[in-house]
Amino acid sequence: MNAKEIIARRVALEISDGMLVNLGIGLPSMVANYLPDDVDVFFQAENGVIGLGARPPEGMEDPDLTDAGGGFVTAVPGAASIDSAMSFGLIRGGHLDMTVLGGLQVDARGYLANWMVPGKMVPGMGGAMDLVAGANRVIVAMVHSAKGAPKIVPECTLPLTAARRIDLIVTEMAVIEPTDAGLVLREVGPGVTVEQVRSATAADLIVESDVSEMPVP
Amino acid sequence: MTCTGDAPMKTATKVAEAAEMIPEGAVLLIGGFMAVGTPERMIDALVARGVGGFTIVANDTAMPGHGIGKLVSAGLVAKAVVSHIGLNPETQQKMISGEMEVDLVPQGTLVERIRAGGVGLGGVLTATGVGTPVEEGKQTVEIDGKTYLLEKPIRGDYALIAARQADYKGNLEYALTAHNFNPIMALAGATVIAEPHVIVPVGAIPPDAVKTPGVLVDHLLERGQ
Repeated sequence: MNAKEIIARRVALEISDGMLVNLGIGLPSMVANYLPDDVDVFFQAENGVIGLGARPPEGMEDPDLTDAGGGFVTAVPGAASIDSAMSFGLIRGGHLDMTVLGGLQVDARGYLANWMVPGKMVPGMGGAMDLVAGANRVIVAMVHSAKGAPKIVPECTLPLTAARRIDLIVTEMAVIEPTDAGLVLREVGPGVTVEQVRSATAADLIVESDVSEMPVP
Repeated sequence: MTCTGDAPMKTATKVAEAAEMIPEGAVLLIGGFMAVGTPERMIDALVARGVGGFTIVANDTAMPGHGIGKLVSAGLVAKAVVSHIGLNPETQQKMISGEMEVDLVPQGTLVERIRAGGVGLGGVLTATGVGTPVEEGKQTVEIDGKTYLLEKPIRGDYALIAARQADYKGNLEYALTAHNFNPIMALAGATVIAEPHVIVPVGAIPPDAVKTPGVLVDHLLERGQ
């Protein structure tokens, strides 16, 4: 199982029945593939649908029905199409139970940077700032290191997405919860030791006695 | 007093004539999200005409060859006020070279600023962007212990709107994820030009399905070929 699949499978366990969930583009969108059959949720795509469904069969795509990455999708029974004001009203207004987003850096305060690398990559924040500022629960799903460089750092050097403590970091090596006291290591990845997580993490980790191995169903 | 319900019927405007109305340097609100729900015929006519220097307010600049990406490629955009340019390398190059100014605005803030401009509000207070580069140069306001940014309204000289269908009175109905910024922008343009896929008789769009009342629409483009 590759790193991204481990992450997606673990994040899927955070989603429970009846939630409204927004998955970011890329790795976060893989989470939808690993939801248990008995978990019934609505996925929101911020471009304007509640009840995002799978990609339609070849040749049956509707050019007016896409996800926030521009990919063709379907709408599940009970779906609703909405305009951008309603979509972001849901996000900021406390109606979105969870968002799962990718990350460039997360720091010891639990602050996320994921929208630009000055001088290199300026894609724009899109909906990310609203999602992090507004969603009831924010999970960052990312590989633990970028080409060997730790992404979990004492303080973000990249511009922040929001000055809000995110709720959970899930990587292929660890599940980490930002708290008032700092970053608490909750779980280690399959076959990963606490020491390996520490050496791949630039920020201090609080390790309590009950660190378990990540369930990856 | 009698109420005949005789709201004026629109005349169908040719797309080239609509493009002729728009002067150099105009501020254009353009609907769409990655070119879904973008008035493509109107954009093609603007490219064909070649007058530019526009300030574009939109969710994004799409991709080269699609939607607003065609205006960027043609060099008609002086400034873009958008939330995302990640899928248009041309916009990024022109921003870095200084050929185009790009003002990045969080997506939810952008739509509410346009809504504020369209509904007569003096601005929006939002927590989005607090503590980030978006906060720079902006007034913060504390309400009940929470900090918000004061974000100012946006209006445009023209709003270019794409709709699934219009009726003869200009009432608009939208399709699925092609709503996006369109119904909001239809409030905030001094002149509103709507490009429907099809135009249907009055009554074919039930009142409950109308998202943009025809009174907001100044020009209705003729149907596509």
